[in-house]
Amino acid sequence: MTALAALLVRDMRLAVRVGGGALMGVLFFLLVVTMVPFGVGPDLKLLARIGPAILWIGALLATLFGLDRLLAADHDDGSLDLILMSRAPLELAVATKAIAHWLTTGLPLVIAAPLLGIFLNIDGPAIAVVALALLVGTPALTFIGLIGAALAVALERGGLLLPVLVLPLTVPVLVFGISAGDAAMAHAAPFGPAFLILVALTLMSVVVGPFAAAAVLRHGLD
Amino acid sequence: MEWIALANPSRFLGLAERLLPWLVGATALAFAAGLYAAFFVAPEDYQQGQTVRIMFIHVPGAWLGMLGWAIMSVAALGTLVWRHPLADVAQKTAAPLGAAFTFVCLITGALWGRPMWGTYWVWDARLTSVLVLFLMYLGLIALWRAIEDPSRAARAAAVLTLVGAINLPIIKFSVDWWNTLHQPASLLRLGTPTIHPAILVPLLIMVVAFTLLFFTLYVSAMRNEILRRRVRTLRLLQAQAARGF
Repeated sequence: MTALAALLVRDMRLAVRVGGGALMGVLFFLLVVTMVPFGVGPDLKLLARIGPAILWIGALLATLFGLDRLLAADHDDGSLDLILMSRAPLELAVATKAIAHWLTTGLPLVIAAPLLGIFLNIDGPAIAVVALALLVGTPALTFIGLIGAALAVALERGGLLLPVLVLPLTVPVLVFGISAGDAAMAHAAPFGPAFLILVALTLMSVVVGPFAAAAVLRHGLD
Repeated sequence: MEWIALANPSRFLGLAERLLPWLVGATALAFAAGLYAAFFVAPEDYQQGQTVRIMFIHVPGAWLGMLGWAIMSVAALGTLVWRHPLADVAQKTAAPLGAAFTFVCLITGALWGRPMWGTYWVWDARLTSVLVLFLMYLGLIALWRAIEDPSRAARAAAVLTLVGAINLPIIKFSVDWWNTLHQPASLLRLGTPTIHPAILVPLLIMVVAFTLLFFTLYVSAMRNEILRRRVRTLRLLQAQAARGF
């Protein structure tokens, strides 16, 4: 247990120090959200309507582009081999790494979302709901992405392959995340069911992600 | 012969040689019957006209696209649990076939949609989930092509295949939810009314014909893949010998 706690602290430290990518994700998120009005025009009504969707797409992309650092950096300097050989179960170790990754890249996105919501003319209560949905949904993105990160390490060439493999698997999270956000904006769908299914998706990916990633690392790195 | 004995690639090759002529013959017969029934027996639909005949290709495409992923999942278990090379071969060769039939399903759906709905593509729940299935096939094939060592590639692909198998029903469910959210009155009524036997029987014959075609191509693709791997091994040995090890 202490080994896992040490791993968590180490990963978070590495992420916030020089060379870590912790705040790059938020910056990227900000840029994606800023680019959208250039694409669709400065119409505030339209932006308010598609706002939750823009926030979700931005969070999805920001999460994805941070993922290749999740395991690859450890693979490069050899610490992944130590983690593989350690007595702590590999499933828990990769789950810990994913949690550290989410705390340093996912959580800042959630915190930044309300501010970006103002840019997109989303009103107060709706912003809160969208942020809540992001808080619950982004761990699912990280844990699904964990599988892709493990595959990228096993391939020794990540690049575009990682998003190609991971994106289709994130369709359900996107659907329910956005429909929970839409519910808050007085659209048709009820908030409760969508939100609960989003919670269920997160819980499921927290289970499936580490097992699949550990399987890839065990089988793929020999 | 016990079925487990077929896990030996050489025995499988022997069986494939004996099986393939029969499969080819059965496929040809089934297509002859199916195409005749589809073009001359099945009546025009009172609403869809001649375009109803597109369904005779479209439906088997959809079925085989899903069957492909199911076969890959079973083979993926074989790879991860028993680490068997034939399971690797079975996994790898099913992916392009499944992708091809899913593509056929998408294209024929678009061609049918143009006269019936007035557009090639609508973001209908069914179309969208088939599109996601197709994209997942492409991702999987990309993964296969990214790793040189075949057995390592097989294990990585096996994990992704199984994760996909868990996720595909969830994707289907979520896309249904998403669609009812955005498009309350769906145009699609296909499948809800019972299909008249005059169309259903030719459709079933065509499904059988396409399934036979799938397995003909599948068995020969597996045979080719086994031979390709043997050639690869021979080349590696040759290269080693040439370097004087």
